[in-house]
Amino acid sequence: MIEVIDTERCTACDICVNVCPTNVFDKTDGIPVIARQGDCQTCFLCELYCPEDALFVSPFAEAPQAVDVAALKEAAVLGSYRRAVGWTDENRHLRAADRSYRLFGH
Amino acid sequence: MTNSSGGAEKLSSSAGSIVFDADVLVLGGGPAGTWAAISAARHGARVVLADKGFCGTSGATAAAGTSVWYVDPAPERREAAMASREKLGGYLQDRRWMARVLDRTYVQSNQLADWGYPYPADDDGKPQRNSLQGPEYMRLMRKRTKQAGVTILDHSPALELLVDGSGVVAGAAGLRRQKGDRWVVNAKAVVIATGGCAFLSKTLGSNVLTGDGYLLAAEAGAEFTSMEFSNAYAISPAFGSVTKTLFYSWASFTDQRGSVIPGASSKGGRSVIARALRQGPVYAQLDQADAETQRHMRASQPNFFLPFDRTGIDPFAQRFPITLRLEGTVRGTGGLRIVDDSCATTVPGLYAAGDAATRELICGGFTGGGSHNAAWAMSSGYWAGEGAAEFARQLGTTIGRQAFRRGTVGLHDRSGPPLHGGALARSVQDEVFPYELNYFREAGRLGDSLRRLDGLWSEASRADAPDDQELLRGREAAAMLATARWMYRSALARQESRGMHRRDDYPEPDDRYLHLVTTGGLDDVWTSTRPLASAHYSEAAE
Ligand SMILES: Cc1cc2nc3c(=O)[nH]c(=O)nc-3n(C[C@H](O)[C@H](O)[C@H](O)COP(=O)(O)OP(=O)(O)OC[C@H]3O[C@@H](n4cnc5c(N)ncnc54)[C@H](O)[C@@H]3O)c2cc1C
Ligand code: SF4
Ligand code: SF4
Repeated sequence: MIEVIDTERCTACDICVNVCPTNVFDKTDGIPVIARQGDCQTCFLCELYCPEDALFVSPFAEAPQAVDVAALKEAAVLGSYRRAVGWTDENRHLRAADRSYRLFGH
Repeated sequence: MTNSSGGAEKLSSSAGSIVFDADVLVLGGGPAGTWAAISAARHGARVVLADKGFCGTSGATAAAGTSVWYVDPAPERREAAMASREKLGGYLQDRRWMARVLDRTYVQSNQLADWGYPYPADDDGKPQRNSLQGPEYMRLMRKRTKQAGVTILDHSPALELLVDGSGVVAGAAGLRRQKGDRWVVNAKAVVIATGGCAFLSKTLGSNVLTGDGYLLAAEAGAEFTSMEFSNAYAISPAFGSVTKTLFYSWASFTDQRGSVIPGASSKGGRSVIARALRQGPVYAQLDQADAETQRHMRASQPNFFLPFDRTGIDPFAQRFPITLRLEGTVRGTGGLRIVDDSCATTVPGLYAAGDAATRELICGGFTGGGSHNAAWAMSSGYWAGEGAAEFARQLGTTIGRQAFRRGTVGLHDRSGPPLHGGALARSVQDEVFPYELNYFREAGRLGDSLRRLDGLWSEASRADAPDDQELLRGREAAAMLATARWMYRSALARQESRGMHRRDDYPEPDDRYLHLVTTGGLDDVWTSTRPLASAHYSEAAE
C-alpha cells in the first residue's frame, strides 16, 4: 500500500491525485494527503508517475507497514520503479528493454 | 424484449450534474475502451469516454502489462496458433473469430509501432511485438484518444444506463467523484468496456474491476455467456499484489518443511497448489532460471520484482510464501454475449469490448490471460467502436428523444434500508474466494452458496445508498454479487469438467455439454444453452 508522500520532495503538482485509479489521495492547498489508504490496490502507478520521486508504495497489499523514509531515500528506493521502466532521462533506453519474447514458450 | 421502459423514472438533469451530448459513449478507458473510442472517432462519431479511475493508469493492463496474441500472418503459423489452444479451451472456440482477431491484432499492433510504441528488436533486428508494457502502452493510448478528439471524463464511474422508450440505449449516468457531482451523457450508442470482475481481490491493477458494466448492461436486459469459466486464480507472493504467473514456470514449490510438493506447477499443476494451500503455507523459489533467463526476466517485467526487492527477498535464491488470488472474469473468459461481427450485445445500441465481453469466441473455456485477452481487447475495441459509430449514424437525429434510467440496486429514492457496500463486498468474497467453492466445484456446495448469494441479492435489491461515496461502493458490491450468481448458476448448468471449469462431481469432459451456457437476469437468474458459435453461424449462412 501507499505509505509515504515525502514532504521534502513533493512539489504539490497533484499528478498522483489524478492518476491513482482508486482515488486514494485528496488534494489540499499544498501537499496531497493519503486520504483512503485502505482503497490502495498496490499497483505502484502513482509512484511511477510522480516526477519528484516523492512517493513510496510498500509491497504489502493487505496491511499498512511502518517505513523509514530516510533509509528509503538513502538506498535510492524512491523512484526505483521509474528508473527500472525507463521513465527517467538517464534510463530512456530501458523502455524498449522488454525481452519477453525470449521467455515465452518455456 | 425484456427492457421495456415501464416503471422507469424520466430523465431530468438537475443541478449538481453535468450533461453531455454524444454519438458514442464509451464506458471504461483500458485498452478496449481507448481502442473503441479512437475507432468510433475515426468513423466520424462525437465520442465521450468515461473511466472510473484515470484513463491511462486504470485497469488490468495499465498496471500489469500483457503478452499479446500477435502472430505472423504466415498460414502455418496461424494454423498452429489456433490449434494449440483448442484442446485447452475444450473445443468451444470459433475458428472464424480466431482468424479475425489474429488479423486485427496484427494490424493494431503494427499501428502502435507507427505511433511510436517502443517495441524491442531481437538480435537479428526483427521487431518483437508480442508483449506490451502496461504503463507505456496505456500512456500512449490516452494520448492517442485525446488526439482523436475524444472527451475523456476521468474519475467518473458510470452508475447506470439510459434507454429510450423502445429500449434502445440512450446514454449513461454516473458520478464525478473528485468533483462531487454527477454526469449524464446522452448518446446514440454505448460501448461497455469496463473490464471484468476480480472481486476486489487486490490482483494487480484490478480493484477497479468489479463487474459494474455487467450490472448496468443486465439492467438494460443484456445477456451473458460462458460465465462458468470465471475461476481464474493467479500466483502471487502471499503478502503482495503482483499476480504474474508466467515466471513461476521456473519455480519449485515446497511446503512448510521444505519438501517439494509433488505435481505442483504454475501450468497444469495449479490445482495441486490450491489443494496444498488448504493444508498450510506454500513456498516458491524461481530456482530453475539460469543467469541469462534471470536477466531477461528483470528487463521484461520490472514490476514483478518490486515485492521482492522491497522486502529484501532474492526470489531466485530464497523461498517465499505464495498465494492464489482470484482473478474472476479478468482472466476467465465469460462476459456479455456478442451477437454479431460488430460486437453488438442483445440490447440495441449497446456494444461490448475487452474483458466486459465474452472471450469464448477465441478462448473457449480456458483462460484468456497470457495473450488472447490483450488481442481481444484491441480487436473487439476496434470493432465495437466502429459498430457503435455506425449505429449512431443510422439512428440519425435524436432530438426530443426521452431517456429513462435503468439503474436498480442503490438507485431508488433513498427510502430503503441502507446499502453497505463494504460489508456486502466481503460477503460476496466469502462465497467466491474459497478454493473449495470456486476452484473445485460441486453441486451441493454451489447450491448452498447460491442460496446465500440469492439471499444477499434480495436484501440488496431493496436497499439504498445513504450518500454518493457509499453509492459507488454499493453499486460495485451489487455488481460483484450479480456476477457471482451468473457464475455459479452457469457452473451448475455445466455438469462436466471442461476448460478451466472443474467439477469434483463430474471430473471428465462430457460431449453432451459441447455447447455454450447463456445466463442473465437480476432478481431471477436464468440459464439456457446455445449451440457452438461455429454451428450457429454456419446455420445463419445457409
Ligand atoms: C496481472 C495481470 C496480468 C495479465 N497478463 C495478461 C497477458 O499477459 N496477456 C493477456 O492477454 N491478458 C493479460 N491479462 C488480462 C488483461 O490485462 C485484460 O484482458 C485487459 O486489460 C482487458 O482490457 P479491458 O480494456 O477490457 O479492461 P481493463 O484494462 O481492465 O480496463 C477497464 C477499465 O474500465 C474502467 N471501469 C470499470 N468500471 C467502470 C465504471 N463503472 N465506469 C467507468 N469505467 C469503469 C476501469 O477503471 C478500467 O480503466 C492480465 C491481467 C492481470 C490482472
Ligand atoms: S505526484 Fe509527487 S510531486 Fe506531485 S503531488 Fe504527488 S507526491 Fe507530490
Ligand atoms: S499504488 Fe496504485 S492504488 Fe495505491 S495509491 Fe498508488 S496509484 Fe493509488
